[in-house]
Amino acid sequence: MEKTVNQKAWFLVIPMLILVAFSAVIPLMTVVNYSVQDTFGNNQFFWAGLEWFDEMLHSDRMWDALGRQIIFSAIILAIEVPLGIFVALNMPKKGFWSSLCLVLMALPLLVPWNVVGTIWQIFGRVDIGLLGHTLEAMGIDYNYTSDVLDAWVTVIVMDVWHWTSLVALLAYAGLQSIPDAYYQAAKIDQASRWKVFRYIELPKMQGVLMIAILLRFMDSFMIYTEPFVVTGGGPGNATTFLSIDLVKMAIGQFDLGPAAAFSIMYFLVILLISWVFYTVMTNLDKREGK
Amino acid sequence: MAKITLSNLAHSYLPNPASEDDFALKELNHDWQDGAAYALLGSSGCGKSTLLNIISGLLRPSQGRILFDGQDVTDAPTAERNIAQVFQFPVVYDTMTVRDNLAFPLRNRGRDEGYVAERVQEIAHMIGMEHMLDRKARGLTADAKQKISLGRGMVRKDVNALLFDEPLTVIDPHMKWELRTQLKKLHHDFGHTMIYVTHDQTEALTFADKVVVMYDGRVVQIGTPEELFERPEHTFVGYFIGSPGMNLIPATVDGTTARIEGAEIPLGRGYKGLSGKVEIGVRPEFARLSQSEGLPVTVRRIEDVGRHKIIRAEFFGRDINIIAREEDAVSADMNRVIFDADHINVYADDWRVAGEAA
Repeated sequence: MEKTVNQKAWFLVIPMLILVAFSAVIPLMTVVNYSVQDTFGNNQFFWAGLEWFDEMLHSDRMWDALGRQIIFSAIILAIEVPLGIFVALNMPKKGFWSSLCLVLMALPLLVPWNVVGTIWQIFGRVDIGLLGHTLEAMGIDYNYTSDVLDAWVTVIVMDVWHWTSLVALLAYAGLQSIPDAYYQAAKIDQASRWKVFRYIELPKMQGVLMIAILLRFMDSFMIYTEPFVVTGGGPGNATTFLSIDLVKMAIGQFDLGPAAAFSIMYFLVILLISWVFYTVMTNLDKREGK
Repeated sequence: MAKITLSNLAHSYLPNPASEDDFALKELNHDWQDGAAYALLGSSGCGKSTLLNIISGLLRPSQGRILFDGQDVTDAPTAERNIAQVFQFPVVYDTMTVRDNLAFPLRNRGRDEGYVAERVQEIAHMIGMEHMLDRKARGLTADAKQKISLGRGMVRKDVNALLFDEPLTVIDPHMKWELRTQLKKLHHDFGHTMIYVTHDQTEALTFADKVVVMYDGRVVQIGTPEELFERPEHTFVGYFIGSPGMNLIPATVDGTTARIEGAEIPLGRGYKGLSGKVEIGVRPEFARLSQSEGLPVTVRRIEDVGRHKIIRAEFFGRDINIIAREEDAVSADMNRVIFDADHINVYADDWRVAGEAA
């Protein structure tokens, strides 16, 4: 069959190109533009080259924030993924209770980020918060506004409360797709509960778990609203994660150049780590025997 | 190995079965003899798999007991029953190698590695997968996976029974034949009690010493292939076994004569006082066309299947089948049919009536 050449077909791509241009390319280029220039106001810009990048790469402030960010993401992944799987394994498989569980699990996911922050901010307050006040009454010295550990625990527990459901729901979907025959065969083969998990459930959940990990990593690495509302990045800079630091720099101090350079590096780090996850994920799927 | 006894066993998937129709498996008493090979034959949804899952303990029966060598195991979990079962669709552990898959049931029972390696080698040889032992099971073809499932079922020597739930559905026809032969050989060599569920009569008849035919949740006949062929106890057996199945013709039967709309057919045995729906059943193999004798018939179509010819005909307004040998001539003027009197079975309300010697 002869191929028809019709250059007018390009017009069909134009709406998409415009959309992508306005949603991604132009804003990103604006940031690039800021990152290589300096300004003293009055809309006057001066060429600064890679100065801001250099400054940011040698800034303790950024490296500290990055360190905190990595520790935070690692901790919440280490808690939410196993906990989510555990919850999914213990959810009822069918019937009324399974529907009820699904609805209850989905609830935290429907709460807006800043509302979650507000809930926990009040919940943890020592003077009026249920949690804070109870802990104090029990004689435990808890105060997320002054104690670094308490602040971290609060922010992490809040994130676990907010997002474990996502992992659990995805894992649950993975579990539901396993045919009964697998469990029956495992019984016949006299496999222990652990082996059923290790050789049937885990391999079958692998795909959805990688998606869950990827989503939770990206989201937690970009976290802003909840810790901002609860701790405001404090005490000191203890819970100042990358996004919080970036906003402080860009809007608080109006250091547009460094903030833009920071943004670009931030973006590249997320892109890099997501690419690594994605590559690992697709390779695991393809991996076969010799 | 064990004798398996089913005592007043029945099962319903409903919590409160009211009538007999609610039971997927109707009340049943049966002994599965130690070391025999059985086939459980029936159309889809007749309760075959239900019965199998009850024996292996994957399902608890709603009523009745199940005994292994006289010992009640109704409430014993699958693991304690030491049963091997192979399912219709292949179940393999994707992340393990073929070797680990085959070794899995043995390792779970804590057998020493030397024995495991030896057994795995034997089984791999039997299913023809020796060259693939170190490959991951993920990504194998469906029949390779099913061979692994079969291998896993056969790897334990000391099982009480080996159950197969339509295991060859996904396998290529030529491989089917080979695996079935292997299973028969295995049975011959080790004498396991084997129960083989299938809806394929050829599979059932070639595999088993005794075939158990199920229909609508009920066991309708247990017998050797020959018995099923010559004396089907239920019209379903007559219809289901044989290709094509038995001809069933409504008739009135009195003494040694059956009457169909006034025409008389002599019977091999005598019958008295039949009531309900009375039919005579004749296998196509025991009917033949003739020019001069017998009853009028209209030949509609002749199918030559190579080994023999199947004649589709109309007999008093109903379709019947007649099988003629390949070398027998069938001509246009053959418009009569004769039934072999000794091979006519008489059914009242679908169940065979034995009759008395004439």
